[in-house]
Amino acid sequence: MNNKKWWLIALVFCLALATISPLASSSPDGLEKVAEDKDFIDVAEGAPFEIVADYIFPGIDNEALATILAGWLGTLVLFAIVYGLAWLIKSKKGKTTTEHY
Amino acid sequence: MHIPDGFLNAAAMGTTYVISAGGVANAIRVARDKIGEKHIPMMGILAAFVFAAQMLNFPVAGGTSGHVIGAALVAILLGPWAAVLVMSCVLIAQSLIFQDGGLLALGANIFNMGIVASFGAYYLYRLTDSLLGDNRRTKLVAGFVAAWGSVLLASIACALELALSGTSPLAVVLPAMAGIHVLIGIGEGFITIAVLSLVMSTRADLLRLQRV
Repeated sequence: MNNKKWWLIALVFCLALATISPLASSSPDGLEKVAEDKDFIDVAEGAPFEIVADYIFPGIDNEALATILAGWLGTLVLFAIVYGLAWLIKSKKGKTTTEHY
Repeated sequence: MHIPDGFLNAAAMGTTYVISAGGVANAIRVARDKIGEKHIPMMGILAAFVFAAQMLNFPVAGGTSGHVIGAALVAILLGPWAAVLVMSCVLIAQSLIFQDGGLLALGANIFNMGIVASFGAYYLYRLTDSLLGDNRRTKLVAGFVAAWGSVLLASIACALELALSGTSPLAVVLPAMAGIHVLIGIGEGFITIAVLSLVMSTRADLLRLQRV
C-alpha cells in the first residue's frame, strides 16, 4: 500500500467512525453522572450561542442523520485545521533556531 | 469530561487559562523545531480520529457512559507537545462549534484533557516501556497503562478544579470522579492499543517519527 493511499484510508476510517456515532450510548458521561449524583449539575450554564450544539446538525429532522453530518463536519474540519496548523508551523521551521540549542 | 460553564469559579478558570495558553504557546515553539514532513498528515489524521472517537460514548457501569480522550494515542505516536496541539484544536472546535465544554472552562478542559492527559500518558508509556523492554507486545501493554492512567489523571485534575471552585467538596468529588474514570480508562486503554496495533501492522514507520 503506498503512503498516499494509507492516509486516505485513515481519513475514511475516521469518517466511518463518525458515521456510527448515532449508535453511541446516550447515558451521561463520567463528569455529568458525578454532577447529577453529587447534586451540582444545575449550576451548569448553557452556551451563549449555538452552532452545531450537542453534535446535532441544525435543520435536519432525522436525528441520526443530523448526528452523522455533525460528525463528518467535525472530522473534516479538524483534519483540515490541524493539517494546516502543522504545515504552517513547519513552514516557519528554523527561523528561531538561534534561540534554541 | 468536558466541563461546562458554571462549574468552575473565576480563579480556577483564570489559572487554567493562563497555564493552557502558556502550554499551547510552548507546544508551538517545540513543534517548530522538531516537526517533519510526515508529522503534518499524521497530526491532521489524529485530530480527525480524536474528534470522531470522542463522539462514540460506550456504556460503563450504572447508567454512565464514557468516551476516549485520545491524548494518550497522540502522545505515544507523536510526543506530548504535539498531543497538546492536537488536543487543544479538538477541544477548541468542540467548544466553539459543538457547544461541548464551556467557553470559559476551555482553559480547564485543555489543561485536563490536553496537558495533563498528554504528559501523563507520555511519561507512563516511557516508564512502562523501559521497565518491560522493547517489543511489540510490551509496547501495547505500555500503551494500555498509559491510556488508562491518562484518563485517571485527567479526572483527578478535573475533580481538584471542581473542589477548588467550591462546587463540590474534595472528599466527595475526587473519589466519585476517580472511581468512574478508572472504568472509563479501561475503554481508553483497549481503543488506544487497537489503533496502535493497526498502525504497527500497516505503517510501522510512523511509530518511529521523532517525538515532539
